[in-house]
Amino acid sequence: MNEVVEVPVVWLQGGACTGCAVSLLNSFSPNAASIVLRELAPGKHVSLKFLMTVMAGQGEQVIDIIRDEESLSKGYVLVMEGTLQLGDDMFATLGEAGGREIPVHEHAANLARGAIAVVCIGTCSSFGGIPAAEGNPTGAASMETLLRREGIEVPQVNIPGCPPHPDWVAGSLAAVAIYGLDAVAACLDELKRPTIYYGKNIHETCPRRADFDAGRFASMFGEPGCLYQLGCKGPVTFADCPTRMWNSGTNWCVGAGSPCHGCVEPGFPDQLGPLYEKIDEERMDRFRLLDPHTQSATKA
Amino acid sequence: MHGSEPHIHDKNGNAITIDPVTRIEGHLKIDAFVDDGEVKDAQCCGTLFRGFENILVGRHPLDASRITQRVCGVCPTAHGTASAFCLDDALGVAGKIPENGQLVRNLLLGCNYLQSHILHFFALAALDFVDVAAVADYEGSDSDLKAVRAFIDRKELSPFFPRYEGDYRCDKQTNVALVQGYVKALHVRRVAHEMLCIFGGKMPHNIGLVPGGVTSEVTIDKIAIFLAKLQEIRTFIEDVYIPAVLTVAGAYGDYFEIGAGCGRFMSYGVMPQNGDGYLLPAGLLEGGQLSEVDIAKITEDVTYSRFSDDCSAPPAQGKTQAEPNKEGAYTWLKAPRYDGAPAEVGPLARALIAYTAGNETVQNEVNAVLSVAGIGADKLVSVLGRHAARALEARIVADAMAGWLGQLKPGQPVAVPIEIPEKSTGVGLTEGPRGSLGHWIEINDKVISRYQLVVPTTWNGSPHDSSNTPGPIEQALIGTKVKDRDNPFEIVRIIRSFDPCLACSVHVMTASGNPRGIYRIV
Repeated sequence: MNEVVEVPVVWLQGGACTGCAVSLLNSFSPNAASIVLRELAPGKHVSLKFLMTVMAGQGEQVIDIIRDEESLSKGYVLVMEGTLQLGDDMFATLGEAGGREIPVHEHAANLARGAIAVVCIGTCSSFGGIPAAEGNPTGAASMETLLRREGIEVPQVNIPGCPPHPDWVAGSLAAVAIYGLDAVAACLDELKRPTIYYGKNIHETCPRRADFDAGRFASMFGEPGCLYQLGCKGPVTFADCPTRMWNSGTNWCVGAGSPCHGCVEPGFPDQLGPLYEKIDEERMDRFRLLDPHTQSATKA
Repeated sequence: MHGSEPHIHDKNGNAITIDPVTRIEGHLKIDAFVDDGEVKDAQCCGTLFRGFENILVGRHPLDASRITQRVCGVCPTAHGTASAFCLDDALGVAGKIPENGQLVRNLLLGCNYLQSHILHFFALAALDFVDVAAVADYEGSDSDLKAVRAFIDRKELSPFFPRYEGDYRCDKQTNVALVQGYVKALHVRRVAHEMLCIFGGKMPHNIGLVPGGVTSEVTIDKIAIFLAKLQEIRTFIEDVYIPAVLTVAGAYGDYFEIGAGCGRFMSYGVMPQNGDGYLLPAGLLEGGQLSEVDIAKITEDVTYSRFSDDCSAPPAQGKTQAEPNKEGAYTWLKAPRYDGAPAEVGPLARALIAYTAGNETVQNEVNAVLSVAGIGADKLVSVLGRHAARALEARIVADAMAGWLGQLKPGQPVAVPIEIPEKSTGVGLTEGPRGSLGHWIEINDKVISRYQLVVPTTWNGSPHDSSNTPGPIEQALIGTKVKDRDNPFEIVRIIRSFDPCLACSVHVMTASGNPRGIYRIV
């Protein structure tokens, strides 16, 4: 048998709904069982050291895995799902040490310091998402906010989406395994997203684009035609949903008669909401996508 | 157990803390206080708070069906359904949904049930009963099992080890068959999401459920693809899921004896059938007596929750004001009570209520299982009874879905026009896979001014209340004998039989764990 290199992955969940993990379970090629059991790339196997949703152990025995430097001594990838609740240590805790409940943001910072890379899965860890939206009572923030606060420098890849498509996640992990971090880093946009998945505008690749050009618009749910009048955010959203489609290529939001809500974008949901409100000239400024960390426009 | 003072901050050697309890949705910690080998008290602690109810305030009402799904990535469709019902009510279109719209809503929720139940038994619960190591010397030709063996040969055993050790009782052949079921289940649950995606656009977090109906046109090609996927899932339920539950029940028969809980059950009723009530009926079952659910009797108590005391209220007036360091509080879950007392919700509650109400389909399914397992109906209120009820429900829902699919009328309307009122209120009640789910909305100046959710795991995982009555999971743990405190299988098996979903239960409240340290299960 050929030598197989283990790539340890620690998947930490903060202010999360588990939807990103469930989306990865929906992966078709490779499927979920293969991701855990088989080689993700020739000679490379992902060793899923920690993921609360699926791991057999519990309690102290699993907290030991992410607290024990030795168990993580071989370079590992930290996958972050969900926000970091920075408003109060008690808003999100995971396990105890010496009778003290450990804040998730403390695990995240400690693990990021030793990781070969941090992969932020989903809009929450990438940009803040819904938990960090207006009204946010917990100080919920993106992983990058935490890394900056703690002065941690580590290669970072963002795979936003609410949830992200499993191909975006599995494909990115496989690319790191096959080509290495540097090669992948060269293919990221200014928001650290792989351009192969997030490089194209939804409106420009939408199968209903011809309806838009011809002025055929749906005026209520269930009608054919372009969904622009129902609030479609395709014109300000960059992802390959129209061509890749979701759930093993079954369908996608616009295909099911729903406007795109721009769930992959840093402005989701505040700048992209109201989700069913039409984009118009006066409001284009509000819908322009901003880098959440610099407030500068991300795309023309 | 009623009237017992919670052992707050009791950090003596009798406490077993499990933090986190894995293989559930979300962040849960369990503190169990053990004396003489028996659980005397228990505290179920939600340790994450996001504050969705706060985030919803000020938003456009239509956004609620999208935002509330993000409460939970395992059961988003249940929230999408409750939110659509809630907005139907507030927008005055509740009785006007076209038949296609109603049927597609049932189909979407049905897909969610199938995905969730199959995921729960195999991916979440089964590792408490099944020994993956039995595949180490597998010599057969099944490619999935060969992959498991190759995996074991590499000796990097995450995520299947570490684990609790000791009480794995099935013989090698049975373990191998159950591991094969585990791998198949990962595939079949994905197919359930593909099926949902046909009308729902994507999963998790479908975009098809909206007030007034659904977004997706009904076409013949969609029906045909849906049916093919449904048939594959039905075959799996019949040939793998239900037999696997019965196999586990055969090996762990004593788990029909433990984990009873509060003995009081509630359902709002789910999947309305055209002119014929619900597929699974509503009711409140106590002491064998069935009564109608009156939502005016629902209140939330925050005596031991990390919320300010003025958050104890009926949901329509509910508020969510976090108080992370409140004296005596130990969880971010509120304590919902019906007529002042806890109620268990979920597949077991729905089965018992339907059975008592005279639903023949449910009676036949349940009687068949009782006969195979050789037990009386009273044993259903147990760890294994919950798993069995979930599996039978999967078959009942899948069968009903085939019928609804046949009633769809291609080309006919799926939604009615809607308009947002200046001011309104609404309530949406349904049953998620894990139990009774209610959304309450208040609209002022055409935006959301109040939104409250009371979700299944808040009922089941609720803390003690002002009369010191523990919640259903806490009651299910109390009185349990723990054979090996280093490997407290009994505790985790009881907890997982409820299929807890913590993101849901603390979404609305504040959630954070605190130092109650005894057992940790999150």
